[in-house]
Amino acid sequence: MTEVSVTKDAIPPGADDLVVLKNVNKHFGALHVLQDIDLTIARGEVVVVIGPSGSGKSTLCRAINRLETIDSGDISIDGKPLPQEGKELARLRADVGMVFQSFNLFAHKTVLENVTLGQTKVRKTGKAEAEEKARRLLDRVGVAAQADKYPAQLSGGQQQRVAIARALAMDPKVMLFDEPTSALDPEMINEVLEVMQQLARDGMTMIVVTHEMGFARSAANRVVFMADGRIVEEAVPDQFFSNPRSDRAKDFLSKILKH
Amino acid sequence: MRIAVRTGAGAPCPTTAAHEDIPVNVLLDHLAEFREGFIGTVWLTVASSVLALLLGVVLAGFRVSPVPPLRFFGAAWVTLFRNTPLTLLFLTIWFAVPQVFDFGFDPWTKALIVLSVYTSSFVCEAVRSGINTVPLGQAEAARSIGMTFFQTLGSIVLPQAVRTVLPPLSSIFIALTKNSAIAGAFSVTELFGWQKVLSDQGFAIAWLFLWVALGYLVITFTISGLFRLLERSLEVAR
Repeated sequence: MTEVSVTKDAIPPGADDLVVLKNVNKHFGALHVLQDIDLTIARGEVVVVIGPSGSGKSTLCRAINRLETIDSGDISIDGKPLPQEGKELARLRADVGMVFQSFNLFAHKTVLENVTLGQTKVRKTGKAEAEEKARRLLDRVGVAAQADKYPAQLSGGQQQRVAIARALAMDPKVMLFDEPTSALDPEMINEVLEVMQQLARDGMTMIVVTHEMGFARSAANRVVFMADGRIVEEAVPDQFFSNPRSDRAKDFLSKILKH
Repeated sequence: MRIAVRTGAGAPCPTTAAHEDIPVNVLLDHLAEFREGFIGTVWLTVASSVLALLLGVVLAGFRVSPVPPLRFFGAAWVTLFRNTPLTLLFLTIWFAVPQVFDFGFDPWTKALIVLSVYTSSFVCEAVRSGINTVPLGQAEAARSIGMTFFQTLGSIVLPQAVRTVLPPLSSIFIALTKNSAIAGAFSVTELFGWQKVLSDQGFAIAWLFLWVALGYLVITFTISGLFRLLERSLEVAR
């Protein structure tokens, strides 16, 4: 506590912490899906969360923008604790981009409208400006030619890249990816991963739940390994993949890296 | 059109003697009243449909909202009005409500209120079932880009629910048209009331019923036709 007064004039410790989870717990009925989770993500950091199914990775990801509520503990984003459901939470969510496993593009809107809707409705950007930005982002993720189509007319990989553009259109502080490639045909996984790698290189803060170990190796600053609702191990990718400390991680890696 | 064609055969005999035998004459001799009743039914149906639709959509919004008191209100409304006989609601607003507080509404307004409130409970459930057919991920995606509950409902969920809601809504509004006949028993000018006045005067009841039934058919066919057009126009927009 005394440190507070000492460091007051200097940069406070952890000033660059963007997402902070402290002692987070959540139950689904009898299942204790998140157990005492402590996790801090710094600005510009790319954290990849891996682990067996049912380990709580997706729930963790969804809890960060409160699509899942938590039973106890604290989550704060850019120094602000997550508010209750309402206008303030909506404002905070606008700063947190989310990409879903099943894309969830608005089915009744064109690709372009998908990317402009948040800008005009939430950020109150003018229509022309929003469209220009949307086209720029669609170009960046390589689907500019599909702007006037409906989501159902696109391949899975294209849809997911549009979903990334939709999230980026809000100028988020952090991007959450909840298994973004798990619903894709193998040949389409790379086009999505390339967009994500580019984002990581551009300095975006990212939390990525994935089974793509290649992506974790190449793009992550840190790998978080979860099992049974706990964070079992945290390490830089090289160390984690070549020399995992915990038996649970060794077991997991031996199963997925065999083939 | 059909009536006009028959006029050629039946019209030259406007005297009262043969009225009972020529069914068209009952209609032709009281065409002004019939028209008034028909327009009364159309007007009452259209007005209560619009009001019931607005109320029903708002109530459905209540029922799926994250605010517990709103959810409770919506559920209570539906439970109360969907499970009460319409005639009982008419009797209540005609005789019980004025004893507590007399709003001084005329019969037409009272009928409008009863029909809208009753029908809104059915509209609410139809809309809610439509909302439930929209995948949860759509609302989650909308919330994740910072849209509020009402923005999510209005721009993302309801527009996608419309297509599924149309067929049940069409049935509900057809039922509403027929339910409006009860208002006739409460001295509101409408189609069914026309029949009552004339049958009291001794005209052949079967023929009166036929004309009234045709009047309702015109309205209900129009409703189902309109809804079919709507459904078709929404089919392409996807």
